[in-house]
Amino acid sequence: MTEKHIHTPLTDEVVRTLRAGDRVRITGVVYTARDAAHKRLCQLLDAGEPLPFDLQGQIVYYTGPTPAPPGRPIGSCGPTTSYRMDPYTPRLLAQGLQGVIGKGRRSQAVIDALRARPGVYFSAEGGCGALLANYVKSSEIVAFPELGAEAVRRLEVDGFPAEVFCDCRGNIYSPYL
Amino acid sequence: MSVRELDAARLTDAVARLYVRACLRLPPYVEDRLRAFGNPYIVENFEKNGDIPLCQDTGMAAVYLEVGQDVHIAGSIPDAVDAGVRRAVREGYLRASIVADPLRRTNTGDNTPACLYTDIVPGGQVKVTVAPRGFGCENKARIAMLTPADGLEGVKAFVLETARLAVPDACPPVTVGVGLGGNFDRAAYLSKKAVLRQGPNPDPFYAALEAELYGQMEKFALGVNILAAPTHIAGLPCAVSIGCHSLRWASEVL
Repeated sequence: MTEKHIHTPLTDEVVRTLRAGDRVRITGVVYTARDAAHKRLCQLLDAGEPLPFDLQGQIVYYTGPTPAPPGRPIGSCGPTTSYRMDPYTPRLLAQGLQGVIGKGRRSQAVIDALRARPGVYFSAEGGCGALLANYVKSSEIVAFPELGAEAVRRLEVDGFPAEVFCDCRGNIYSPYL
Repeated sequence: MSVRELDAARLTDAVARLYVRACLRLPPYVEDRLRAFGNPYIVENFEKNGDIPLCQDTGMAAVYLEVGQDVHIAGSIPDAVDAGVRRAVREGYLRASIVADPLRRTNTGDNTPACLYTDIVPGGQVKVTVAPRGFGCENKARIAMLTPADGLEGVKAFVLETARLAVPDACPPVTVGVGLGGNFDRAAYLSKKAVLRQGPNPDPFYAALEAELYGQMEKFALGVNILAAPTHIAGLPCAVSIGCHSLRWASEVL
């Protein structure tokens, strides 16, 4: 199957070319955030305070990596299950976020929010954190360092493999559904 | 009968060693099943891995101790086990994923405490098993307090429904562990033990049921393992645990 190579930040034009089931390779910057960081980001929005990074066109990767051993930029860093972020995702999409990477199903509210944005939900291969670490070239904590593995990290990725689970038209693809 | 003395420090050493090993290397029989399943990413993940955990979720450390009744362990067993977890996390670059309280949610920073299970068994040895449990699959476990009238058909329906709800959120291909009977907590415990069962079911009745259920899950499962136990005349507890494809565990006998 052919792969689509895409670069971050995303644009509406690029997002509209992506179809559920497409295999992609992602290059550029992605930001990590999972449960605790999502909660903190939404608390900042509640308080009317600025977010620690600009969400416009960005991709958030749901992962909490293991500590980097000496000589590596990051430890194991596969996707965590996405549905736990469902309560927060529409709000971040409304703030400019345009792509997310995780694994598993999403709520109808997230699917609807992806259509409205337009945005895209990618699925990375679950349980393959050792393999996926090879596509991460650098990692730097940019927010909430006190959250440890759940801190927000800015990752530079090169050819990171994923597939489109939910496109901006509301189509869904998974080999297991 | 003489009592064998065992220093708790040996437990610490074993837990530390087994926890790191389990996170980096799958049991060979699991690798064989995954090769047969054929997802190339998964095979590459374990075949080319050297020094980092196979999955970033290095889990809650479930530690099973089968303690021979002729052994005396000098020192605190829970403290020794947690010391092993702490060392594994530090030396093996594992992830600290445990919060001290489910609602207040402060990370303990060293992945302690372990979930410790102890069984008293005959003999003079201690068997230590460390099974890191990631929560992608843990969150997909379910239990039903079925009734005797629900019977075999009720069990089949609940197991299938649970497995279908589990993927793709829990990483397929999954191993489905079923704990039948006992009471509420016993069924849950058995379902976890069932996930880790390596060989075939010795009971032909359950072996056939496993085969039948697996026949409806081949697209996303490696197998179905059932452990059954005596239960009450009023009940049919049915717990289902999901093991993700990173079916990690390691054991040794002290």
